[in-house]
Amino acid sequence: MPRTRALRATPLALACALTLAGPAVARAQQVASAGGAALARGRTLFDAQCARCHGIEGTGGVGPSLQRPVLGRAPNDTALATLIATGIDDRGMPGAWQLSPNEVSMLVAYVRSLGNRPPEVAPGDAARGEALFRGRGGCLACHVVRGTGGVIGPELSNVGAARGVAYLRRALRDPGAELPAGPGISYAGSEHVRYLLVRAVPMSGPPITGIRVNEDAFTIQVRDTGGAIHSLEKRRLRALEKLFHASLMPSAGPAYTNTEIDDIVSYLMTLRGGA
Amino acid sequence: MTRTARTLALVLSATIATASPLAAQVPFSRLAAAERDSANWLTYSGSYSGQRFSRLAQVNRTNVAALRPVWLHQLQNTQFMAEATPLVADGVMYVSETMSAVTALDVRTGRTLWRYAPTIPPTTKWIGFLPTSRGVALLDSTVYLATINAHLIALDARSGTVRWDVEVADNKLGYAFTLAPLAIKGKILVGVSGGEAGIRGFIDAYDATTGKLAWRFHTIPGSGEPGNETWGGDSWKTGGGPTWLTGAFDPELNTVYWGVGNPGPDWNGDSRPGDNLYTCSLVALDADTGKLKWHFQFTPHDTHDWDANQIPVLVDATVNGARRKLVLTANRNAFYYALDRVTGEFIGGRDYAKQTWSTGLDATGKAQVIPGKEPSDSGTLVWPSLQGATNWNSPAYSPRTNLFYVNAREMGSYYYKREAEYEPGNPFMGGGERALENDSASGAVRALEPLTGKMRWEFRHHSPPWAGLMATAGGLVFSGSNEGNFFALDASTGKALWQFQTGGFIRAAPITYMVDGKQRVAIVSNNAVIVFALP
Repeated sequence: MPRTRALRATPLALACALTLAGPAVARAQQVASAGGAALARGRTLFDAQCARCHGIEGTGGVGPSLQRPVLGRAPNDTALATLIATGIDDRGMPGAWQLSPNEVSMLVAYVRSLGNRPPEVAPGDAARGEALFRGRGGCLACHVVRGTGGVIGPELSNVGAARGVAYLRRALRDPGAELPAGPGISYAGSEHVRYLLVRAVPMSGPPITGIRVNEDAFTIQVRDTGGAIHSLEKRRLRALEKLFHASLMPSAGPAYTNTEIDDIVSYLMTLRGGA
Repeated sequence: MTRTARTLALVLSATIATASPLAAQVPFSRLAAAERDSANWLTYSGSYSGQRFSRLAQVNRTNVAALRPVWLHQLQNTQFMAEATPLVADGVMYVSETMSAVTALDVRTGRTLWRYAPTIPPTTKWIGFLPTSRGVALLDSTVYLATINAHLIALDARSGTVRWDVEVADNKLGYAFTLAPLAIKGKILVGVSGGEAGIRGFIDAYDATTGKLAWRFHTIPGSGEPGNETWGGDSWKTGGGPTWLTGAFDPELNTVYWGVGNPGPDWNGDSRPGDNLYTCSLVALDADTGKLKWHFQFTPHDTHDWDANQIPVLVDATVNGARRKLVLTANRNAFYYALDRVTGEFIGGRDYAKQTWSTGLDATGKAQVIPGKEPSDSGTLVWPSLQGATNWNSPAYSPRTNLFYVNAREMGSYYYKREAEYEPGNPFMGGGERALENDSASGAVRALEPLTGKMRWEFRHHSPPWAGLMATAGGLVFSGSNEGNFFALDASTGKALWQFQTGGFIRAAPITYMVDGKQRVAIVSNNAVIVFALP
């Protein structure tokens, strides 16, 4: 009867993960020394369940790159096994409750092997990127970095730790391609697309275009481009359009060269937390 | 008589005149006639039929828009979200909390009369679910509580003191209780959770007075018993078959109807070749002996965790000109079934929510399986998700509209097959899922024709719902949402007539009853009991 994703703190993660982590560590050490077939199995599991966010071979995507010798949240194998089993609630990483302790151990060994590779190199010049970000790009109009900026788009103060190069490059070129998903603001019932662009047409008055802040079956709260919140009752709307593959952010594609985009990505990769 | 004495006498007589007993006296005869006792809510599903229908009509289509909160009670255990259906009897509300606590409230004011919280050892296991408690049972003057550490406890309804406490099964092996027990004549019935821990499921009946075991029905037949041949090797010993939701009861047929959950390991069926009886089935048992009368298996050899534990709904209807006694169920596998409850014969059914694993039901009600939908190493995308097209959230049936109401969930999932090795008291699952959440997942309250499952109307949810339903003679269907909306729909059309933002996730089912001649409606939202009435 698992009800695994009904809660962000998944019951199976709660129930099983702690059980899994202990035995998994001892086995991970065996797997690491054994190598070969177990590592290959770890890779198969990774490709099936982790690569969607962390990228094939852990190059990063929606989730951060794992090609780093030290993982901030998982300094040792015990922490890594626990993290894989329980997930990271506030980052949208689910716990791998599907895996047996043996399988978690193989995954731990594989993820550790990724850390032995050369780290992902940010492709451009971070200083030039910051100048573009703050100057011509005007990115702070919508994004907060270290306490300064607008609230139309997501805060970027930790984006370098949370995302990989490939994701950021794509997000700059095609901002609507993959909107971030996460738990709703007030309720952890299920994940919804964040920063969804919506167009609401009231029975009377002008249409409202903006970002969905929250929604239920009866109401929707929209932040318009000016930052104002509109509280709307669905029964008083003539139409409600949800633009799943669009974004208020303009594409950097036409206005910036490939080098400039790489510079901005390099700057973003330096943003790793802190106010 | 002095003025003071006179005043005192007047006050006393007034008090006596309005005082209710503040302790339940609920003999079996009252439970058997609970449909007619609309002022109270005496058993988990409102009556033995499981219809969750109330004859109260004071709150109705024309005035429900004025419904307002009367009181709110915050439960004390708040680490997990409550999923309880409160009971109401003779002025007292009995509501269970997570971690198996029970609180008795003055139904007029919401003030606490007593609270019982058993000692739950920190080593207690709940493998594959949360330590919720969906409710209690009442019989005579006793409250029955089934706990997360697999005890059945009888409490004095007046005070919450323990009358008896029996350990039903070994929690160290993963056996646990989350359900409201079912009180029938002289017996208390319970079913176990633990389908992700390799338990061997059962339904137990205990003597209501002494706590002595009256009978046990194993959901997986033992060696040499009919049905055991549907399990390869020794796989039946750890085959799951949990019974974690409350069944229905037909006193006339003296038959108990109970849903059975998944086989174990859940997502890797290699070690258990065969149909795996009686997992993912509805069983009809003799209430005196626990002997099997018939069974109907919805999902043979399940590998998607599509438990059949949903509340069975007993309805009498005319089928091809003849009166038939039916049992209706909307299954987690996304199909609706109407069965003859005397024989188990399939009457009708169809899918009621998005599913991609079957081409449909044949004339006997067997789902025709599309090959290649099994969990796999790299993940197989199938609708519904392992949480199913519905789950513990109670359905409802209204004899006034002759419609069956279900909160349907529509969400796809990648199913993975993984290793499974049985170790006592540990997860035994062999895989799992990655659900497609986001805005592609949704759900709806759906009204189905009872004989066919054909949809008459729907009300769309924002996300796949977890709340139960209740239908009333006021022409209303009440339910809740993950986003906190508690709402009423027109039972004939599905039109929303009222909603209240409760500020918490609703995972429980509504109830209704009378206080001082006025109808009240109650729901548990997150860990608050909220009661509504007309102004």
